[in-house]
Amino acid sequence: MTDPSARLTVSRLGCERDDRMLFQDLAFNARAGEIWQITGANGAGKTTLLRILVGLHGFYQGQVRWSRPLAPDLLYLGHDAGIREELSARENLQFSRALSGQSGDLDAALAAVDLYGFEDVPAGRLSAGQRRRIALARLWLGGKSVWVLDEPYTAIDQAGVAKLDARLREAAGAGVLILYTSHHRVGDGVRQLRLGAAGEGR
Amino acid sequence: MSGVWRASLRRELTLIWRAPADVIQPLFFFVVVVSLFPLGLSPEPELLALVAPGVVWVAALLAVMLSLDGLFRRDQESGALDQMLSAPVMTVVPVSAKLLAHWLLTGLPLALVAPLLGYMMQLPASVLDTLALSVLLGTPTLTVVGAIGAALTVGLNRGGILLAVLVLPLYVPVLVFGAGVVRTALDGLPTDGLLAVLGAILALALSLGPLAVALGLRISAGD
Repeated sequence: MTDPSARLTVSRLGCERDDRMLFQDLAFNARAGEIWQITGANGAGKTTLLRILVGLHGFYQGQVRWSRPLAPDLLYLGHDAGIREELSARENLQFSRALSGQSGDLDAALAAVDLYGFEDVPAGRLSAGQRRRIALARLWLGGKSVWVLDEPYTAIDQAGVAKLDARLREAAGAGVLILYTSHHRVGDGVRQLRLGAAGEGR
Repeated sequence: MSGVWRASLRRELTLIWRAPADVIQPLFFFVVVVSLFPLGLSPEPELLALVAPGVVWVAALLAVMLSLDGLFRRDQESGALDQMLSAPVMTVVPVSAKLLAHWLLTGLPLALVAPLLGYMMQLPASVLDTLALSVLLGTPTLTVVGAIGAALTVGLNRGGILLAVLVLPLYVPVLVFGAGVVRTALDGLPTDGLLAVLGAILALALSLGPLAVALGLRISAGD
């Protein structure tokens, strides 16, 4: 899954929403093996920035360039994790896996996020943290070289946070480019991108 | 790609199976609306048979429309829609599986019940199969065309009214030809031509509709 050529170039990026500049003149280069932490106040546009980067949000100024087609490499974990309450952990993950073209073992991935024993319970009966873990299990399915994670640490307990930290560092070491939003810092060497507070640059 | 399609279809069927209210509601609506007509209008067989094609078709059309609002809503709210849109497969793949599942569990039951309701509406037994066939040919079009409207309005909080305004005009040809087929059969005339028109509309909807739905979803996600 190492692909040193996965590179992101952002230049003069700006986005306006409801007559308010979320951010403007944003520029950075991210390459494989780097971890980027995107911080900012609530409403600063973190989620919107990630949606622009993965191509879901099309209304912006400036340029976002990936060095190669993004879709086959991308593992995108949205703000809402895409978990349907009616489906069990395994069914949710199975669909995500088919959709993203990953091929890792479902049970191993669910065990990695400590959902062993909960795999057949409808997600609606699990706690918020456990639901988050179903989505995070995709990080253990492998095969993707660009991870874009929107608040992956939300509702995750301490042990889970440590595990996720380790997983992100391990993946970055293997050449995965990771961009995530959170106030939690994975570790040293993480690059930070701070978006202006809401209302700044009005 | 076919693996994704199969996985999507299985997921959609499981979802509907786990929360069957969305399927039962349109069918229930269809049956109730048609059964109220003899009570409200008059139990005279000639009159009922005269209005039956229109009544059954209007009820079927509204029943399908009733089911559309929720078609993408929960996938949008849960973020599953963003997953589909950012996946390495074309959005049409999961979308077409969703449409098929939706038709199998809403449109098809309507077509199966339609002859029963036609019989209740005093339609002669000879046209009941034509009625079922027309509903069978018409409902997939209703699902696909309605899904375009549902895709465009999924980002709005209460898109129900807008959805109806968008979709109803597009439903009119299906209604005209659907009810027309049954009326023609009632008059004892050949129905092949009108059925062929319904089939042609269906072919057009099936070939271009899913693409339009996928595009609509992308537009909705964009903001």
